[in-house]
Amino acid sequence: MLDAKIPAGKLDEKWTKYKGTVKLVNPANKRKLEIIVVGTGLAGSSAAASLGEMGYKVKAFCFQDSPRRAHSIAAQGGINAAKNYQNDGDSVYRLFYDTIKGGDYRAREGNVHRLAEVSTSIIDQCVAQGVPFAREYGGLLSNRSFGGTQVQRTFYAAGQTGQQLLIGAYQALERQVALGTVEMHARHEMVELVIIDGKARGIIARNLVTGELERHFAHAVLLCTGGYGNVFYLSTNAMGSNVTAAWKAHKKGAYFANPCFTQIHPTCIPVSGDHQSKLTLMSESLRNDGRIWVPAKQGDNRPANEIPEEERDYYLERRYPAFGNLVPRDVASRAAKERCDAGFGVGSSKQAVYLDYAAAIQRYGKAEVSKKNLGNVSAEVITNLGKDVVKEKYGNLFAMYEKITGENPYEVPMRIYPAVHYTMGGLWVDYELKTTIDGLYALGEANFSEHGANRLGASALMQGLADGYFVIPYTLGNYLADDIRTTSIPTDHPAFVEAEQKAADRINKLMSIQGKQTVESFHKRLGKIIWDKCGMARNAEGLKQAIEEVRALKAEFWSDVRIPGEINAMNQELDKAGRVADFIELGELMCIDALERNESCGGHFREEYQTPEGEALRDDEGHMYVSAWEHQENNWNLHKEPLNYEVVKPSQRSYK
Amino acid sequence: MQHYSMNLKLKVWRQKNSNDNGHFENYDVNNISSEMSFLEMIDVLNERLISEGSDSIAFDHDCREGICGMCSMVINGQPHGPWKGTTTCQLHMRAFKDGDQITIEPFRANAFPVVKDLMVNRSAFDRIIQSGGYVSVNTGNAVDGNSLPIEKQHADDAFAAAACIGCGACVAACKNASAMLFVSAKVSHLAQLPQGEPERKQRVVSMIAQMDKEGFGSCTNTYACEAECPKEISVLNIARLNREYLNANLSGN
Repeated sequence: MLDAKIPAGKLDEKWTKYKGTVKLVNPANKRKLEIIVVGTGLAGSSAAASLGEMGYKVKAFCFQDSPRRAHSIAAQGGINAAKNYQNDGDSVYRLFYDTIKGGDYRAREGNVHRLAEVSTSIIDQCVAQGVPFAREYGGLLSNRSFGGTQVQRTFYAAGQTGQQLLIGAYQALERQVALGTVEMHARHEMVELVIIDGKARGIIARNLVTGELERHFAHAVLLCTGGYGNVFYLSTNAMGSNVTAAWKAHKKGAYFANPCFTQIHPTCIPVSGDHQSKLTLMSESLRNDGRIWVPAKQGDNRPANEIPEEERDYYLERRYPAFGNLVPRDVASRAAKERCDAGFGVGSSKQAVYLDYAAAIQRYGKAEVSKKNLGNVSAEVITNLGKDVVKEKYGNLFAMYEKITGENPYEVPMRIYPAVHYTMGGLWVDYELKTTIDGLYALGEANFSEHGANRLGASALMQGLADGYFVIPYTLGNYLADDIRTTSIPTDHPAFVEAEQKAADRINKLMSIQGKQTVESFHKRLGKIIWDKCGMARNAEGLKQAIEEVRALKAEFWSDVRIPGEINAMNQELDKAGRVADFIELGELMCIDALERNESCGGHFREEYQTPEGEALRDDEGHMYVSAWEHQENNWNLHKEPLNYEVVKPSQRSYK
Repeated sequence: MQHYSMNLKLKVWRQKNSNDNGHFENYDVNNISSEMSFLEMIDVLNERLISEGSDSIAFDHDCREGICGMCSMVINGQPHGPWKGTTTCQLHMRAFKDGDQITIEPFRANAFPVVKDLMVNRSAFDRIIQSGGYVSVNTGNAVDGNSLPIEKQHADDAFAAAACIGCGACVAACKNASAMLFVSAKVSHLAQLPQGEPERKQRVVSMIAQMDKEGFGSCTNTYACEAECPKEISVLNIARLNREYLNANLSGN
């Protein structure tokens, strides 16, 4: 039976009580305890820096050339915190409630409440580090709203919030490197987990420059390796984002939870052709001011500007008047797909909808006229003033759109379409962020816990930093306090030798296939199967086909992949091959999980289970649980962690 | 937007590892769509090279949305290619026309040794940050975020400097391979905020010392760095750095 170890007591006292009674490690012992942190995004950098500051001996690893490149950097819109600086009714409870509801009642109350509690400290910490958040003229912090909420609680730094937060955490990390508490290993990839007497005791890492396999010991291992969205090939993830470290842990006993809970983000730049290597997100913050529409007539090929107002269908405003363009991501994505599938899509592919700023430009322009007391001015002046305001708020996003599409979004509406963006599923962890392997922890997007079946915008940055700055520093001590007598285990221990051999064997096997097809071509085919059959909408028949197709693809991969170059040198194709091999295995599990969950919830939409209006139809009687999959030789075993709602009463989500 | 297809002649720097001398190789690539990104064009070439049994061209890239700073390359003599304020990963093929010859090289600087082909080692930048590019505040020490109002202009200016992505194009663009724009962006970001005040003098002195130690050249104010910076970081930051450095030295740091 899976035990999430949620502390007893009232919801809003659990974390305080936990912190007050948790075991501690004294400073002299911290110096002797070694910790490995894999991944240096928001979760990894903040964890490594904080643990280093506390006096632990930390080794951090990233596959990029510098920890500052991790993909958290690409997050645009913002970070939520229940500060209620806007006096608009926000509170820890409301942030907790919005997150639980946004996740369609498939997240743990205890974890989510803790997240909402520490959210306020995150902002304070980042400000103290010098993160240049947007500010008002009075010098105080500025907020904006995001999807799925009716308050303004999102802190931001233009459209580069992730960058500024990550640079803050990276600088804290580099400070610890300089102080000698953290040893940084860039261009290294974890390829095996080492387990000794049932406890995670280290990793095998591949030096991506020399190809050498290295053994690293630690008393505990933290996986902060992000999500697995690249299983779809096309996603908004970075090219290198991968599931390998988490998957190695999974194959050694860490359960993988809710793999089918993936988030399709509604506002991305549409695919332009077969050459496409990745997709680019346009921040959800654009939905604050932009209006989403399609022509009211099917197959209307007129340019957007020639379609009169009354022949446009602002379908989100029509279907969800209370939240309008700010409905949660899963709802907005499905609504876009529904319109395009019904033949109302725009652009050459017809797989796109408009995100229009014309109204916002006029609104801001008029506000500027009255603010500056300009009196009667021409329409052109109003438009130009409006454009200036939009530019200040979203300039970098508009510029990015223009670079990619060649179209000027100040003049014509942007074309957008949903794309894979985030994965709510991940390694199963308990309240202490510990996986089912003792001494192995998962933080940030790599774990499954806080977002249920759908993540709200501006909550990923919050969770990554909560885990790294304010949760793991407490919960890890609770484990290590019992480990102070364990001295460093030499890396010639048989478990290290065996793990390294396993990694080497796999690499040798990959290189010896010498088939005809490239790694990239397999990845594309995998992505197409998963996108078509385990994407925005799924059904039992399609999922069963997908499982067969993925299995066949796996066999083909292992008999016909072609990897050039050498093992003991830099070899980017070999790096990619290992990752794609793991994605193929994960792809099968995603489909199995989606098939097992006979309900629709959040991002998991099973066509068989929908309300008459086409909304997700949950089955709380039968499926109010976390699916935690245990890996077995040729199959998976399902363990169910029941979700108990003590405070919030689950109901049909309504954004009308 | 009118899309078109093109055939190109590429001249690409190939170098096995940091000990190899390296050389240019010529490749013809055909039927490249103007809608592709520059890196997707190289993806196409790499797929072909692998199918032909050769080694693919190594290059750094990750987010492909212009923010991680991992991509590099000098394209026809310009770091990150011909578009202003654009990283290589965001450069699109409509910047070129049928029949163009494109020369692709790694960033060249002694402080950035080549790892393989178009990939260089920029860890010197990390070491410069280690020398003082931070505010010394441990987790948990912070006061309420709004207890420290910051004038909007200062906050905006600090943000503009903090937009640096650490890609190293400034170094590659500079005839002296100076890292002044990178260093000044960080110094400027923190010097304009009250949080950076206590370590202001020590920071600038330490970071400059580390920059020199890494073997970057001196700044002779040609502003090539600003012209090529994909994030358009202003050279005014260098002026600020010089003032900060002078000030720190005058007051005996």
